[in-house]
Amino acid sequence: MVNYIIRRILYAIPILIGVNLITFTLFFVINTPDDMARMHLGIKRVTPEAIFKWKQERGYDKSLIYNSEERGTDKFTNTIFFEKSTSMFIFDFGRADDGRDIAHEIKTRMIPSLAIALPIFILGLISYITFALIMVFFRATYIDLWGVVLCVAIMSISLLFYVIGGQFLVSKLWHLVPISGFSGGLDIGKFLVLPVIIGIFSGSGASARWYRTIFLEEIGKDYVRTARAKGLQESIVLFRHVLGNAMIPILTGVVVLIPSLFMGSLILESFFGIPGLGSYTIDAINSQDFAVVRAMVFLGSFLYIIGLILTDISYTLVDPRIKLE
Amino acid sequence: MKVLFIYLLSLSIALLSACSSDSWNNPYPISAGNGNILYSAFSERPKHLDPVQSYSSNEIQFTAQIYEPPLQFHYLKRPYKLVPLSASEMPVAQYFNLNGERLPEDADNGEISYTIYEISIKPGIRFQPHPAFVRNEKKEFIYHNLSAKDLAEIYELKDFSYTDTRELTAKDYVYEIKRLAHPRLHSPIFGLMSGYIVGLKEYSDTLKSAVNSQSEDVSAGAYLDLNNYPLEGAQVVNSHTYRIKIKGKYPQFMYWLTMPFFAPIPWEADRFYAQQGLVEKNITLDWYPVGTGPYMLTDNNPNLMMVLEKNPNFHGETYPVGDNLESSLLVDAGKPLPFIDKIMFYREKESIPRWNKFLQGYYDASGISSDSFDQAVQITGQGEATVTQEMSAKGIRLEEAIATSTYYVGFNMLDPTVGGLTESSRKLRQAISIAVDYEEFISIFANGRGIPAQGPIAPGIFGHKYGKEGINPIVYNWKDNRLKRKSIETAKNLLAEAGYPNGIDIKTNAPLVLYFDVTARGPEDKSKLDWMSKQFQKLNIQLVIRNTDYNRFQDKIRQGNAQIFEWGWNADYPDPENFLFLLHGPQRKVGNHGENAANYDNPEYNALFEQMKNMEDSSERQKIIDQMLRILRKDSPWIWGYHPKDYALYHEWYTNVKPNKMTHNNMKYHRIDSNMREEKRLYWNKPVFWPLALFLIVLIVGLIPAFIIYQKKERGAGINNLEKRGDIG
Repeated sequence: MVNYIIRRILYAIPILIGVNLITFTLFFVINTPDDMARMHLGIKRVTPEAIFKWKQERGYDKSLIYNSEERGTDKFTNTIFFEKSTSMFIFDFGRADDGRDIAHEIKTRMIPSLAIALPIFILGLISYITFALIMVFFRATYIDLWGVVLCVAIMSISLLFYVIGGQFLVSKLWHLVPISGFSGGLDIGKFLVLPVIIGIFSGSGASARWYRTIFLEEIGKDYVRTARAKGLQESIVLFRHVLGNAMIPILTGVVVLIPSLFMGSLILESFFGIPGLGSYTIDAINSQDFAVVRAMVFLGSFLYIIGLILTDISYTLVDPRIKLE
Repeated sequence: MKVLFIYLLSLSIALLSACSSDSWNNPYPISAGNGNILYSAFSERPKHLDPVQSYSSNEIQFTAQIYEPPLQFHYLKRPYKLVPLSASEMPVAQYFNLNGERLPEDADNGEISYTIYEISIKPGIRFQPHPAFVRNEKKEFIYHNLSAKDLAEIYELKDFSYTDTRELTAKDYVYEIKRLAHPRLHSPIFGLMSGYIVGLKEYSDTLKSAVNSQSEDVSAGAYLDLNNYPLEGAQVVNSHTYRIKIKGKYPQFMYWLTMPFFAPIPWEADRFYAQQGLVEKNITLDWYPVGTGPYMLTDNNPNLMMVLEKNPNFHGETYPVGDNLESSLLVDAGKPLPFIDKIMFYREKESIPRWNKFLQGYYDASGISSDSFDQAVQITGQGEATVTQEMSAKGIRLEEAIATSTYYVGFNMLDPTVGGLTESSRKLRQAISIAVDYEEFISIFANGRGIPAQGPIAPGIFGHKYGKEGINPIVYNWKDNRLKRKSIETAKNLLAEAGYPNGIDIKTNAPLVLYFDVTARGPEDKSKLDWMSKQFQKLNIQLVIRNTDYNRFQDKIRQGNAQIFEWGWNADYPDPENFLFLLHGPQRKVGNHGENAANYDNPEYNALFEQMKNMEDSSERQKIIDQMLRILRKDSPWIWGYHPKDYALYHEWYTNVKPNKMTHNNMKYHRIDSNMREEKRLYWNKPVFWPLALFLIVLIVGLIPAFIIYQKKERGAGINNLEKRGDIG
């Protein structure tokens, strides 16, 4: 397994270089270093000297990918792409274009993002699986039918609607929780209740239906019949045998998400005033801060790759037949 | 099933934990309490809080409360009047000729070689408590050479155990002026000021070579002691007096002395923040300001909140007293400032939560977005804006201020069709100016929040005239004591005279097609563009929208490739020069990188501008401005557009508010009645429990049949179950 993991990590390097190159190209097709300088120096009274100085200080006065004025390997290394990309691989994200340390920013914003993403993930998973198993348990009854109808209805409506509707009903009309806000103290609960419920609820339609399908497929298998024939309670058949055997498809969709939980949710964080990472990339794109954009895209890709590796490892844990070679 | 119950139970516990002695929906941590606190919101995080770099409105709302430049605008008087802030009296401009001989005040502009402003500051002003000032018994600064070990437990400025202060001196003001030229800082006004402050441009070169030859002192980081490098244009006279030397005559310089660019910076702070270890921890002057003002920044977490607290060392200032001022704003006249102990700015990115929190009493003031305009404001029969009944029942009041800004549509004067100073192009522009109905625009798109502009100068600024005297006779008539836009027939006639009868170019016999350059916009702006096309359609002119992203748009303007474009200007200071320079030929964008986006260049106008720019406000200056406006209106390089009006809503517990867009250090004058606020908050936000009870009842009722089915299934014979489901076989 160790060999397999090392191989996967080595495969990740060309993928990350590729992602970096694509981000770099897309970013600089839209924004030139001059545009970036103007954006950071302000709209009024920006002189060409100030722009030149800004670019020079941040290393944006070089060629983008290929420097024809240099010799040998310097043609590629004395470029913006090379200089800005290499440090990423040792997780040195450097400073944002406004001078702030990106790693520090990510660290501080990650915790509020996790405070909301983790409960949504864990409680959501438990509720979706439970709800799906209930529908399977009551299959072909009114509960199953209306459960599926409810799932389709929930998944057809946008998250934004739940957010605005939830804020309107729960916070504005019923005054039960704050409309938005955040606190690092003990009273964090009152700020998280509504976004967590909305996060779970909005994702429940698609997830519960998906798990229901997985369980229905599983329930028709021989071992379930055997378990029932042995006189086991239906709830034990479902929660112990069916759930255990349905873990592979569930893990495929779930484990890959775990590392990305750090990255936060754009809509929930914006509307509920959660100071997380959700809007960091969008804000950076709007302010043309390439340093932040490349760091966040790199981190996102890296966490996704880690998620995929973790998924593979988790297979071996739930199914002893699988071996990573 | 058990899991579901546990989950619901945990949710209920979470809900109950939200319960405290105050309202359930109070969005502030319990620790915030109900003190003498002002609650405000901001949407964009400030980029710079270093006064030498900060130049945008979302930054100045913080820096203006912390830093004290020598002058300020009178809080209540209009037109705006300069008064001393940290200066002991208003500085007087002293003019000198080339030989250094003092000239009289009315000396001819051409004779004046340089101007000196000698500024004396009030004694006894002290900086806010700050670790940079702390010394030990040997008088050594204890935090100026921090080791990695010292920094191990330091994450924020408040983690330093000791703070101290010292008296403000003239040296601190000179130090800041020198920082304008610092090669590592990017002061947005360096380019402009190096044209005025004697020696500033050369000073920048001196500092550049000093930085290059600077030895790498690890403990001091990148500190460059500016006290070692004299600057001719800014000199200390004595401990409380300094002198600024300006090239020629530039009366508007006094306005710059109200901005944080000219606030004092103690060298100790610069030395302290230059330490590499602190820079690595984001502890910089750009993040943690050091000022002498009424407030100091005690919490800087721009993703969540920024907190300003009363500066315990504030030197004391009193609320303005005066005659002919609004009596409702004089209740606190003569009382010591500031009235509010703490200002908490919360970050709100979305307007809906922000607006609802205002209605619940959790924000003390609010702007009005177009979504909530109808809910908040109604226009009376006389055309006056007032709050709706719903707002008035809550005690909310509306305050109105005309912004010192202008939004206009510019013609690129270098363009072969719409540009140039020929009679034909002039008439084409005049015709279009009549056709584009800005009264309609203001009513549709700005909810009536604006006044149609008659020229570039915004109301409230010297040179702007109201009523009949101030109208633009090219576009408007004065009828029945009000403005009346000229008829579309007049515009059509002008268009025909320009050589485009009914929108057809007589030279080519082809329809006239014009191009409107705009930045990429969302769907919400499509209606504005449709409206604009419709205005040109009135003259049978086809308007092609050229939509690009912001960078390309800026590029087109700089290169002079745009034809017709939208632009705006927010005044830096209340002087007509700050508007009229936008059309000054030598300051055009193309070739000169100035702010004249239309590239308008009329020698007659340019000469008048040169004459007017350095004059004191007087009837003579007004005459020249009138003459300049006549030229501009005739040439019509802009469709003059409109001056926006700002509407803001305030709760009744928030008083002493006189909104305006020019002065920013206003929070020291404001007052909050926190007891009234608390009463209203509790009254408005009583929790409503029945939906929770209803939800639980529905859930239980819904689960009963399920439970019955479950029991039946578990107790029934297995074979029956299978038969029922039809699973046999």
